[in-house]
Amino acid sequence: MERADYERLRWRCIRRALLELDITLTRFLDGGGFDKLSDEEQQAFVELADMEDYDLWDLLTGKAEIDDPRLAPIVALLRKS
Amino acid sequence: MSIPVLKFDAVIVGAGGAGLRSAIQLSEAGLKTAVLSKVFPTRSHTVAAQGGVAASLGNSEEDHWTWHMYDTVKGSDWLGDQDAIEFMCKKANEVVVELEHYGMPFDRTDNGKIYQRPFGGHMSNFGEKPVRRSCAAADRTGHAMLHAMYQRNVKANTQFFVEWMALDLIRDEEGHVLGVTAMEMETGQIVIFHARATIFATGGAGRIFYSSTNAFINTGDGLGMAARAGIPLEDMEFWQFHPTGVAGAGVLITEGVRGEGGILRNSSKERFMERYAPNAKDLASRDVVSRAMATEIKEGRGCGVNKDYVLLDITHLDPATIMKRLPGIHEIGIQFAGVDCLKEPLPVVPTCHYQMGGIPTHYSGRVVMPKDGDMNSVVPGFYAGGECACASVHGANRLGTNSLLDLLVFGKSAGDSAVEDLKAGRAHRELPKDVADKTLARIAALDNRKGGANVHETRLAMQRTMQDHAGVFRFGDMLKQGVEKILEVEKAARQLEIKDKSQAWNTARTEALEMENLIEVAKATMISAEARKESRGAHVRDDAPDTAEFPNGRNDKEWLKHTLFSPVDNSITYKPVNMQPLTVEPVALKTRSY
Repeated sequence: MERADYERLRWRCIRRALLELDITLTRFLDGGGFDKLSDEEQQAFVELADMEDYDLWDLLTGKAEIDDPRLAPIVALLRKS
Repeated sequence: MSIPVLKFDAVIVGAGGAGLRSAIQLSEAGLKTAVLSKVFPTRSHTVAAQGGVAASLGNSEEDHWTWHMYDTVKGSDWLGDQDAIEFMCKKANEVVVELEHYGMPFDRTDNGKIYQRPFGGHMSNFGEKPVRRSCAAADRTGHAMLHAMYQRNVKANTQFFVEWMALDLIRDEEGHVLGVTAMEMETGQIVIFHARATIFATGGAGRIFYSSTNAFINTGDGLGMAARAGIPLEDMEFWQFHPTGVAGAGVLITEGVRGEGGILRNSSKERFMERYAPNAKDLASRDVVSRAMATEIKEGRGCGVNKDYVLLDITHLDPATIMKRLPGIHEIGIQFAGVDCLKEPLPVVPTCHYQMGGIPTHYSGRVVMPKDGDMNSVVPGFYAGGECACASVHGANRLGTNSLLDLLVFGKSAGDSAVEDLKAGRAHRELPKDVADKTLARIAALDNRKGGANVHETRLAMQRTMQDHAGVFRFGDMLKQGVEKILEVEKAARQLEIKDKSQAWNTARTEALEMENLIEVAKATMISAEARKESRGAHVRDDAPDTAEFPNGRNDKEWLKHTLFSPVDNSITYKPVNMQPLTVEPVALKTRSY
């Protein structure tokens, strides 16, 4: 991912509406979790990061489930991070 | 260097509830309105408000705005201005119904009216018994509110500048406000927003504390900009805390955990609440529990390397009960404390939640400051609403569900006042020649400084200082030391260094600029708190205890007044509380007890 694209993504992860997501996503990015993803997985992460805060948080806490085979493994990773 | 100038009738900084509500008034009046936001509007922290919005609609039982007013004055511990409180409580029904007409999906009763639920501190008949006054949209009230208002703004042609950060307030020699300088994050470009009216709706600054429920975005940008422009900050010693946030993270742990049998323990595993509240123990009121926790930490009985938290133990409870009655608590422990709460206690600490003080405003939303002997002289062209402003309706403590009401009422009123002033002929005033010099110098200093202070370390030093010295329960000696320490941190904050010098999406630079705002708020808070030698509302001092002469430590004779912290020379002046409502009899002073 290009530097500018990554930094844009980072900003959208470290400034969320909910503190819980700020912490979880910042930890994932700054802990190198994102760097370990394949290009396709990184794209899936970008899509998740674009979600509304409560929808994403419900996924990460298991209150909601996701069927999409591209996104589900990233959700699983974030739940463990 | 030539800086682009964008001309608008009005520029609004912040696209949370207050900013969006203001923008509706301006755009619908046909004025060319810009809204600047660091994030997409529906990512503003208003989203996190779940409880509801207070309005005495009386849909479920009899209610009246005067009862709501009484509760708000009492909640404020009589520091709230009674004209502003009357204005807000009286306007509540109107702004809630308007919101319903914008499409807000409020919960409904069987007969189709807005459903109302009870909420702490809201009572009927002047404190008699709880009343159902809170209007909510499931547990996503703030979120639904932002969506409804954003749509309305799109319809009204409000122009949004998303992922832009306002940097400095532009004031001319006569003190008029003419707009802001701002940075587009995508390019790093600095632009001047030249406006006839400038409205701040930048939210709170809860990130000054180490433990805060506030999202990372709450960096007090509006307060920092106002302070740098010489505008005083009002009642900054008053911050609302919640007793149990996860230490180091701030994520809230519901009080239901103690309700289900959770026990607070110190470093020697002692159930310390038995000493502070022999009967109620861990179920004592929020204030009592918070004070006990702070005292244990102050006296060296905290846990961890820094001895800066206590433990909330539920390991003795049946795991099935925990999973059933306290859903989510297990995940919160694992995610944010790295602790399996079924096997180990959770690290907790009193956690900052809401800022009662802010930029001083009249209830019309116009910013006011002392000038030529008038303590409330209007700053022409400048308006503020929501958590960044101090009208003052929350005084020394805020009632739940009054924050969403504040941002609706004062967002709208700031918008209305701006429309009124512009229609009366307020024109674009000439920009000063040095209009962007200070902003450019700040940016250049960040880009060029070598051997300066690290942003992350400086922020941490500030947050720890605030938490240790001006937390939920305050000690005279700690506050004194705190003033010295925060002034030391300020020196570092004025000398920040960033490694990344790029223009596009330089988040290191943005965080450094946010830090320059946070430190203004931290300093104002510490110095204002040290100066107020009584206990009132959320400002509770060990050396101002509950006595017969001063119940709850409150001293109306000397301290029934608003603090005004001047950022120019770190000095403090005071102004009287307005005890005179607009149309009704004042709510007379008495001891605040529930």
